[in-house]
Parts: sequence; C-alpha cells; structure tokens
Amino acid sequence: MAHQIEVSNLNIYYGDFLAVEDVNITIEARSVTAFIGPSGCGKSTFLRSLNRMHEEIKGARVEGKVMSNGHNLYDSAMDPVDVRRQIGMVFQRPNPFPTMSIEQNVLAGPRLNNKRLKKSVADDLVEQSLTRSGLWNEVKDRLNKPGSGLSGGQQQRLCIARAIAVEPDVLLMDEPCSALDPISTSVIEDLIHQLKDDYTIAIVTHNMQQAARVSDNTAFFNLDGVGKPGRLIEHGPTEILFSTPSNPATEAYIQGRFG
Amino acid sequence: MNKTIQRPGDTIFRGTAVAAATTILVTLAAVGIFLTIKGIPGMTASPEEVKHGTTFLAYVAPLVFGTLWAAALALAIATPVAIGVALFISHYAPRKLAGPVGYVIDLLAAVPSVVFGAWGIMTLAPAMRGPYAWLEDNLGFIPFFAGPASATGRTMLTAALVLAVMVIPIMTALCREIFLQTPRLHEEAALALGATRWEMVRMAVFPHAKSGIVSAAMLALGRALGETMAVAMVLSASGVVTFNLISSTNPSTIAANIALSFKEASGLSVNALIATGLVLFVITFAVNFVARLIVTGPNRAKAAKS
Repeated sequence: MAHQIEVSNLNIYYGDFLAVEDVNITIEARSVTAFIGPSGCGKSTFLRSLNRMHEEIKGARVEGKVMSNGHNLYDSAMDPVDVRRQIGMVFQRPNPFPTMSIEQNVLAGPRLNNKRLKKSVADDLVEQSLTRSGLWNEVKDRLNKPGSGLSGGQQQRLCIARAIAVEPDVLLMDEPCSALDPISTSVIEDLIHQLKDDYTIAIVTHNMQQAARVSDNTAFFNLDGVGKPGRLIEHGPTEILFSTPSNPATEAYIQGRFG
Repeated sequence: MNKTIQRPGDTIFRGTAVAAATTILVTLAAVGIFLTIKGIPGMTASPEEVKHGTTFLAYVAPLVFGTLWAAALALAIATPVAIGVALFISHYAPRKLAGPVGYVIDLLAAVPSVVFGAWGIMTLAPAMRGPYAWLEDNLGFIPFFAGPASATGRTMLTAALVLAVMVIPIMTALCREIFLQTPRLHEEAALALGATRWEMVRMAVFPHAKSGIVSAAMLALGRALGETMAVAMVLSASGVVTFNLISSTNPSTIAANIALSFKEASGLSVNALIATGLVLFVITFAVNFVARLIVTGPNRAKAAKS
C-alpha cells in the first residue's frame, strides 16, 4: 500500500530548457503534501514527473532519481505504464470519459489490467470506489447514466473514484479544485482528508488557504525570473512553513506580496 | 422598434454569401431537372427502341448493383488503412516523420483518376493474376472467390483496390484532423490510469472520433460511387449480377458504363444513359443523407438527454 516517494537531485528538462532544477524532497506516506508557488515555478511539472506524465510532452526528460517502494521510477527497466498504475493522477479539470457511463468510468482502469472482470467483483469495486470518493449515495441509482451528466464537483469525485479503483499507492492531484465552486471544493478537501489514511497524496494548489487546510507538509517552489528554472525553495510541516518560514521569498509569497 | 444601422460592409458580405449559397442550390436543381427531363424518355422506352434491348429496369439493376458493390468493397478496404495511417500520423509517428507522411497522402489525392486507371490496368491487374489463381484454388469454397480466376486480372477486386487507393487520401486527411482534435484531457485521463498508447487510443481517441470517422467514410463512399475513369479502364464488365470478386465477368458501374457507352449511343439510348445518371444522382443523395443522419444522430440523442 501507500509508501513514500524520495526525490533526489531531480532536474526536469523540456528539450534544452531546464524547467525544474535540483529538487530534493521526501513525500511522506499516508499524508498530504502540498506544492505551492507562483505560476511557472514548475510545481505542476514536478508533480507530473512523479508518474512520468510529463513525458507526454515531446522532448521532456529528467535527470536524477525518484524512488518509490524501492524502485527508481526512471530506471531504464521501468515502464511508464506500470508507474502510472501505481501512481494515479487527478487533473485540474474533471475529465470523465464522455461516452462512458458512471460505472464504466470507474471500471476503465481495472478493465485495462483485467479484461474479464467478473460481474460481482466489478460491482463491488464500483461501489467501493464510489463510496470512498463520497459519490455513491448520489449516483447509485444512475450508474448507467453518462458521467458527463454530473455536476463539476461530482465529476471530479468520479475522477477520484476512477483513479482509486486501480488501487494505486500514491495519488497526485493537479489543482483538483481550481475549476470547482466553493462548496464542491470543500467536499473534495474533506475527501482528501479521508483518503490520506490509505494513500500518499501530493497536491498542487494555487490557493494557499487550501494548502493550509488540507496538507500536512508544504513545499514552496519559486523561480528567479522568466526563463529561469523553477526551484524548490523550502519544504516542511505546513504549520511551520506558514507560521515561521525560513526563507524571505516564502514569507513574501505566503503573505500575498507576490505570485 | 429601433431600426438597426445598416453598415455597407455587412450588406455586401451578406449579399455575396446569400448569392453563393443560392448558386449551389440552383446548380444542383438544374442538374436534377436536366437529368429528369432527359432521362424520363429513356426510362419509358420499350426494349426495341434502345440499343441494350431490355426494359430500363433490367438495364439499370446490374449497374446499380455493380456501383454499390464496387464502392462498398473499396470502402471496406480503405477504411482500416485510412484509420491506421491517420492514427500513425496523429499519435504514433515522431513529428519529423508525421509531416512528410501527411504531405505524401495529400499528394496522392491530387493524382488524376486516369493515372490510377492506367496503373490499375498495366501494373495492378497483371500482378494480381497469381493471387487470384491462389484464391480460387484455396478459398474457392467461398462464393467471393469461386472463380474461374480472370486471365487478365481485370476483376471487381482489382477495381475495388484501385478505388480504395483513390479514396484513402481523403479519408486519411479527415480522420487525421479528427484524431488530432481529441481533447488532451481525455488522453491524459487514460494514460494516468496506466493505459498503453493503443489502450489510450481506444479509450479516448476512437470514442471522440466515431462520428467523424463515419462521415469521412461516407464522403469517401460518395467519391467511390461516382468514380468513372479508373473503373471504366480497369473493369472488364459484362452486365451480370455476381458477388464473385475474381472472375472476368463483372457488373459494370453506372458512371463507368456511361463513359464507355456514351460515344456510340444515339436517340433513346442516350436518354437511357442519362436516366442511369439520374439513378446515380439519387443514390449519392441517399448516401449523403444517411451519413448525415448517422453523424448527427448520437449528438441529437445526447442533447435530448441533458
């Protein structure tokens, strides 16, 4: 189940452009780690490098190590497909598959690994995943309806259900609430609290209050200027980083003086 | 009520747009009227009055069959190839290769059909004699390959292959555009679940592109139905109705038959040929109409649900 991710000396490039420079951080198991920082500081790029999703952009590559469960994710023997089955992802905008029903959306991942999912097993998995994402009671009577018919917040919880149905160790969330209204946002935040009992969670957020509310640890990214690489400035327990940041840039950002 | 201000630019633009739209409709109507007026005497002519010596229905039936059969075969061959090439360009090929391949495919669309016909008759047909004989020997129990295998290779299957090559470019170009429009969000959703590239294509790209693929296929079908020169040159036709793909007796197609017979026709025979043209006109219309129904169908159902 959930285990920590150790990142050491990670440089992320797009072609020749160094996007994120020399990140060293341990993302603790069964806790929520928030990545904050101004736009363009590389926090999303860094998050996506944790399950090799950034490789979908042409020319992207990394140097350094990302250790999870004793394996380097960037080892030449590692298949990105396997990495992503262990490290799931929830995106900025809810993205259920539009032609699939709610049930089919949840089963999309499990069906990749196991084509002949037994009906009873599949039904259990659907109920389990939707219950865990707090959506079961709202959709149990319309599992065959298209996922795109749900509200934005419900769609995002459906996407969380779809991600955890694969039983990953780690959940990465890339600004999961930025397209949602405040009520849906608070529902998702509560959900994140519950999920951290079983998963290692890393979340990128633009909203510092959200980082303060949901996370146990916070990492602050910054960049020196346009065209310069993003760097991890400091990280630590959320209360400490928000109350007594050690770096003046962190303090300035947290107090809303830039970003 | 306030009168809205008329700007000259708007007036001129609207005028030209309306004129252009009207021209299309008038042209179409003119063609329809021409075919109907000239065609009716051909339809009602008695067998003694025309060269082909049968009633119109008996004359046109094998041609209609040949037209639909050739076009359907061409489509069956072209669709998987076009989808494959389009996918290769949109989702598999490195960018350096995707550009040139797409360009070559577009070039293929610019080759005149006479050239395809010449290629079919001089290169493809002789080359296919061996395979046809093999098909007859080994798969002869299937009615499609019952034989006797043609000695010239100028068979329905050869014609369909040439037609397929001719419609692949347009289908590929359309499919490629549709595949490229797949929302990044859905592709990433599939990949993040641990989908391989092919699984991602099936989960995100195909569902998105389904209606587009159908309309591309229908456009290609329209082209295949009306194609004249290539079929006229390649196919050795004899006015029969058969599903046999490799023999030397084949049904002709309407367009090819008109091209081949027009020069020597006179009097009511000309009218009969024009009447077959009218039939083709109606078939093409019907195909486009059905295609439109298929394409808008799912969307309309979706709109009704939400």
